[in-house]
Amino acid sequence: MSLITPDFGLLFWMVVIFGAVFFLLAKFGFPVITKAVRERSEHIEQSLRAAEEARLSLERFAEDQNRLIEQTKVERAEILKAASDERNAMIAKAHEDASAEAAKILRNARDEIAAEQELARRELRSELSALSVAVAEKIVRKELDTADGQKQLLDKYVEEAVQSQVN
Amino acid sequence: MRASRIIILALCILLLPIRSFAEPEESQSFNVSEYIFGHISDAYDWHITTVNDHHISIPLPVILIDGGVHVFSSEKLAHGAEYDGYRIAAKGEPSEGKIVRASDGTRPLDISITKNVCGLIIDSVLLVVLILLCARWYRRHNVLKEAPTGLAGLLEPVIVTIEQDVIKDAVGPEYQKFSPYLLTAFFFILINNLMGIVPFFPGGANITGNIAVTMAMALFTFLAVNLFGTRHYWKEVLWPDVPLFLKAIPIMPVIEIIGMFTKPFSLMIRLFANMLAGHIMLLSTIAVIFLTVKLGPLINGSLSLISVLFGIFLDVLELLVAFIQAYVFTMLSSVFIGLAHPQPETH
Repeated sequence: MSLITPDFGLLFWMVVIFGAVFFLLAKFGFPVITKAVRERSEHIEQSLRAAEEARLSLERFAEDQNRLIEQTKVERAEILKAASDERNAMIAKAHEDASAEAAKILRNARDEIAAEQELARRELRSELSALSVAVAEKIVRKELDTADGQKQLLDKYVEEAVQSQVN
Repeated sequence: MRASRIIILALCILLLPIRSFAEPEESQSFNVSEYIFGHISDAYDWHITTVNDHHISIPLPVILIDGGVHVFSSEKLAHGAEYDGYRIAAKGEPSEGKIVRASDGTRPLDISITKNVCGLIIDSVLLVVLILLCARWYRRHNVLKEAPTGLAGLLEPVIVTIEQDVIKDAVGPEYQKFSPYLLTAFFFILINNLMGIVPFFPGGANITGNIAVTMAMALFTFLAVNLFGTRHYWKEVLWPDVPLFLKAIPIMPVIEIIGMFTKPFSLMIRLFANMLAGHIMLLSTIAVIFLTVKLGPLINGSLSLISVLFGIFLDVLELLVAFIQAYVFTMLSSVFIGLAHPQPETH
């Protein structure tokens, strides 16, 4: 059967033709295509990696931002708290100062008033004593008009003097 | 339902001319084996069709090396004619259908451009043009900026599938060295298989169903496996890791050396038998139309319808087989090459 006996002529041509096809395609055909496809798949891989990296860095950036915002909020709260504390302290101090000043003023005023009062009292006293001396003078002068009266007054003085001696 | 009825009706109408063409053959009895073997065997001319007993065929050059080169047209040998001391051996002779010396019926060295060689050339030119056009697209376009279009878009998925899923997986890390050969083998077998299904001139030659063609393919794979085999591979062949008594009387080495040849042999037989069987099945199905002409129009018509429907089925099946056989050949070649490159970590 010629069907299963390979024919030499055909075998020869097959080797020649396939050899030629292989030479042409292996030199100018497939390497070009496969190289380009490989290049592209590498490029895609790289792009994917780059995108992933970009996504990660974006995430990190957003995280940083959030942290920064949080930190800023905390700082703001701290600053506000410090400011309010300071304000309160200032107010308190002002109060204190003011009340101290007021107390001082009050004390001064009181001292002055007291001094004034003393002065006035002293004046009044001296006036009063002068007045009482004058009144006493008048009374004494009147009592001494009578002998009896003089005597009585003398007794009284003696008695008083004795008493003060006893005491 | 209506669509299928219309299709069947259309097929019936299509069958009418076939029947009328078949009529004249009724006088000569239809020889199925001649019909089938005429289509699947190689020939010195390319028979295209026969109209009213008039053969239309393309004569091809005959090249004989017999004490000098003899080149002449196969037309000169048509119908048993003798030319330059050569004739085509008649039926019943040992080298039936081949060119023999007219004197003693022995064969000269015959490298004629036969039907199969002519088909091989046509298909190869087609393949080279297709792949180089595809490669040109990649040369002219920036692959990082453009998606492949046209031919490149058609061929790229196939090339990538074969290279990445078949060759890379089977051959291993050194696959890039072998992928041009394996891709060439795949597309070469694929285009010849597909052209073999086309029933008219540029196709229709039973190329991959010819044992000489598959033998050459297997030979190339054999060379690719053994010329580039590593030291590990040769050690596994000649001094495998088996108990000493199995290799002292060289049982295992002999088996391994036989295995070296059976692998490409199986490739050769698989491709040859599958493609040949496909052609024979299709031709037999079509032959039913001509065989049943004698049985009257009713049987002939209904059987013709069945054979056409079955023929369509077989044609579609053959499309699948054309791809599968090219795929299997490439895959097994890759596996054999991969086996000749054992990975150090597995030892």
